[in-house]
Amino acid sequence: MIEIKNLHKGFGGEEILKGIDYVFETGKTNLVIGQSGSGKSVLLKCMLGLFKPEEGTIEYDGTAYSSFTDEEQRELRKEVGMLFQGGALFDSMTVEENVMFPLRMFTKQRKRELKTRVAEVLKRVNLDGNENKYPAEISGGMQKRVAIARAIVNKPKYLFCDEPNSGLDPTTATIIDKLIQELTRENNITTVIITHDMNSVLEIGENIAFLKDGVLAWKGDKSQIFKTEDKTVTDFVYSSDLFKKVRDAQLKGY
Amino acid sequence: MSYVHSIGEYFLMIKGVFGRMTKRSVLKELIFKEIDELIIGSLGIVAFISFFIGGVVAIQTALNLNNPLIPKTLIAFAARQSIILEFAPTFISIIMAGKVGSFITSSIGSMRVTEQIDALEVMGINSLNYLIFPKIIAMLTYPFVIAISMFLGIIGAYAAAVFGGFVGNDLFLTGLQDGFEGFHIVYAFIKTFIFAMILATIPAYHGYYMKGGALEVGHASTTAFVWTSVVLIITNYIVTQLLLS
Repeated sequence: MIEIKNLHKGFGGEEILKGIDYVFETGKTNLVIGQSGSGKSVLLKCMLGLFKPEEGTIEYDGTAYSSFTDEEQRELRKEVGMLFQGGALFDSMTVEENVMFPLRMFTKQRKRELKTRVAEVLKRVNLDGNENKYPAEISGGMQKRVAIARAIVNKPKYLFCDEPNSGLDPTTATIIDKLIQELTRENNITTVIITHDMNSVLEIGENIAFLKDGVLAWKGDKSQIFKTEDKTVTDFVYSSDLFKKVRDAQLKGY
Repeated sequence: MSYVHSIGEYFLMIKGVFGRMTKRSVLKELIFKEIDELIIGSLGIVAFISFFIGGVVAIQTALNLNNPLIPKTLIAFAARQSIILEFAPTFISIIMAGKVGSFITSSIGSMRVTEQIDALEVMGINSLNYLIFPKIIAMLTYPFVIAISMFLGIIGAYAAAVFGGFVGNDLFLTGLQDGFEGFHIVYAFIKTFIFAMILATIPAYHGYYMKGGALEVGHASTTAFVWTSVVLIITNYIVTQLLLS
């Protein structure tokens, strides 16, 4: 579980996060949604320790990140998996080397053991047989799956995903969403997903936090978000014509 | 003001490079990879340029020796002095700033753009050490490149001068040994060692701290080349003043 309390962060005198309180539950897909510039990425980077908040705390399983020593912070980071928007795979490494990377850096396992674990994870994300390919030789969806494999290979307690579906077709996006949800449940991970993709909300939105102008404007789940009358949320959710039409049809009783 | 900021940032980067070290077995592999890419990969172009420039230096000297009182041995002497003192360490370093420097900037810059550096940081890896330390260690072998450049430059001068009919074999070899000072070699290698550090770190700085997208990677490479060259030239002047004057 990750709990953030009264989180404030700004840049150059401009306050980006204005006192956010939220609990990201373990074993569930926790989505943070909102328009571009609402503070989602800043929130994520604060949680990852890449930005230092000016005020407030981020607690990992009850212990504030700010109270950790440098060594403890590094230890915590070993328990964190991160799926970047573009995958952030290392170009010069093969799929297998990319997935093996965190294991090589942080464990003392023998090469055979490393290969076994990598094969196991690649099979889980349906990429067995692609071990020797380079990121440039595989599709965007496959790159995302390699990135997921790399993020989970160390059996992390916390998984962060920054817009995991950006640049993917709807079918692949759904596969990625489902995969993240399955892995979260299987491994009892605290998963935080930053997105503005409403299809993801519909598919895997077990817990949803809606940010607007650096403030937590709404929280709930996927069944509640389409029923809410909160105008700040409906303006965002129904900015898509398709969702607007679906809602109108529902209201008319179709 | 921004220059002062950049200089400060550069030295903080150097401090960071020697901070928390990457796992030794991984580092060893990275160092060999960098030696292959930065040093071995540059040998071809260095050999080619050195041989022909050495030849040109000899021909130019020979063609300008109109006074019969000046001995022909001067052709080899001038070629040796210019190759050992300036051409090999400085001229080749400027070329390396273009070849190796832009490679370092663009490779690190691309990693910055595609969030690969963020990925390293999130994993708790000291990205400065992981990315730049192996390059610095690899560049410690740079004096070998310069030694090869010196050797091939003189071979090129010999080939052009002797086979071009400007001077006989014996006179060339006499000139080559004439007034030789061992300290000139020491001076050249001290310079080379300092240049190696500049070649590894300034382009790395421009790549690591770049902001923006693919276009900015190109801009960063160009800026890195310009600044590396400027710093090389200034350092060359200072080191020459300190060691030879």
